[in-house]
Amino acid sequence: MNTAVDDAIIRAHHEEWARVVAGLARRFGDLDVAEDAAAEAFAIAVERWPIDGVPPNPGAWLTTTARRKAIDRFRRESKRGQVHAEAQAMIDDGSSDPAGAIDDDVLRLLFTCCHPALAPEARVALTLRMVAGLTVPEIAKAFLVQEAAMARRITRAKDKIRLARIPYMVPGAEDLPLRVSAVLAVLFLVFNEGYLSSGSAPAPIRADLTGEAIRLARLLRDLRPDDGEVVGLLALMLLIEARRPARLSATGELVRLDDQDRSAWDRRLLSEGVALVRSRLAVVAAGGPPAGRYQILAAINAVHGTAVDMAATDWFQVLALYDQLVRVDPSPIVALNRAIAVAEVDGPDVALAAVDRLQLDGYELFHATRADLLRRTGRVPAARAAYERAIELADNAAEIALLTRRRDQLPGG
Amino acid sequence: MAQYLLSVIDDLSNHEDPANVYGHPSAEAAHASWAATGRFNDKLVADGYFVFANGLGVPANATVVDGRAETPIFTDGPYVETKEFTAGFWVIEAPDLDVALKLAAEGSRACGRKVEVRPFLDVPLEM
Repeated sequence: MNTAVDDAIIRAHHEEWARVVAGLARRFGDLDVAEDAAAEAFAIAVERWPIDGVPPNPGAWLTTTARRKAIDRFRRESKRGQVHAEAQAMIDDGSSDPAGAIDDDVLRLLFTCCHPALAPEARVALTLRMVAGLTVPEIAKAFLVQEAAMARRITRAKDKIRLARIPYMVPGAEDLPLRVSAVLAVLFLVFNEGYLSSGSAPAPIRADLTGEAIRLARLLRDLRPDDGEVVGLLALMLLIEARRPARLSATGELVRLDDQDRSAWDRRLLSEGVALVRSRLAVVAAGGPPAGRYQILAAINAVHGTAVDMAATDWFQVLALYDQLVRVDPSPIVALNRAIAVAEVDGPDVALAAVDRLQLDGYELFHATRADLLRRTGRVPAARAAYERAIELADNAAEIALLTRRRDQLPGG
Repeated sequence: MAQYLLSVIDDLSNHEDPANVYGHPSAEAAHASWAATGRFNDKLVADGYFVFANGLGVPANATVVDGRAETPIFTDGPYVETKEFTAGFWVIEAPDLDVALKLAAEGSRACGRKVEVRPFLDVPLEM
């Protein structure tokens, strides 16, 4: 097959899907119509481009084709006579959108898909379908849900948007910070599902999902380049993604930060992430708004990313950043991660005392962290019990493999 | 414009303590809540959102009527027995859900209860 054309179609899908859907959604006021028409336009591209050649402006070609398909649909559904008339009027409006308007459309689409009146799992599914352009079977597979159930989830969300009249717009300045953080939460959820997949996922690490989350974060960063938390989340994802080549052993076991082969880290992603963190530090140093959660997490990962090994890590810096994070987010999970830095600065005994104060019994990483600290302080039977509990709670195969080996390697095992 | 039902969600436990006044911990608290709700209602009217609002009596005094057969059947008590019940409602007219949610948040703060926002069924005329 003609790989150049295939590449062009894949690139167009990545670059243009969200724009095509978003533009149609604004013009026709209906996500369903926008989604179907965009899907049809891409199907026609797959058919025509290998024969006719790739059009000089693929985005414009796709938009025009999708718009025609949407109008065809309105023509067929004659009961929507009113909308039909409006759609007819748009055919003659052949003018292209002014620069920037398309970006606003994508932003509107993203805010609508991540609206707080939708259930969190529906926000994730809808964002992956409407903005990232994943198919329903792909999304169902990623979240281990039956295809029919995932299709229902997406349809229900679209119905609620239409029937409850969730507005298709960028929120006003007053609501913006909260709404942006809702979008960031969705992107981070997608990323984390890829970072450590849940249940019996086909792979313990899903590069398709982490890649998609990064792509959407880049899109959001291009639309809101001065939003510190948007930049922070992108930096955080890049810095974590950079370590992906070192996170799985040859035997399929999860490799934690301290044991990773740092020469395998992706230097390009790493330096991009570090540069973003530096740009935010400069803004904060110049009297800008204080760093939020994602920026602090990115800074912590930048410290790890620039250390040649575990011993050379600036743990005082890491601990100082965790202290800052605790003030922004006083959750026990942050306190647990802080304790790992405490172990390096003040020793495992001090860290263990901090961990034992936390109420996180149902959380696998709590027991895994405790187990490691108990092992390092020579409390073997307690360490064994903690590994057992962590294995019981863990559901990622690579992680279970790591915990099982650590348990089996305890002295006297 | 669309119409939304804003239901005030109350809990029976608020009404079990005999010292409570209409579900509030004291007469002062009840009066303060009613006054705040009254001010919220006035604002809804002034801003053009108001359609209707009222409070409801406790569900224990409800009667369920099934009139589908020839002889209607009357049953004492609410349709479903739950801890939570609708203690009152607003019907508002708003351009979209974001406006309705914002008003519901104000109403919730005023009356001191959670509020459910639900769009009215919007059946197209040509159907």
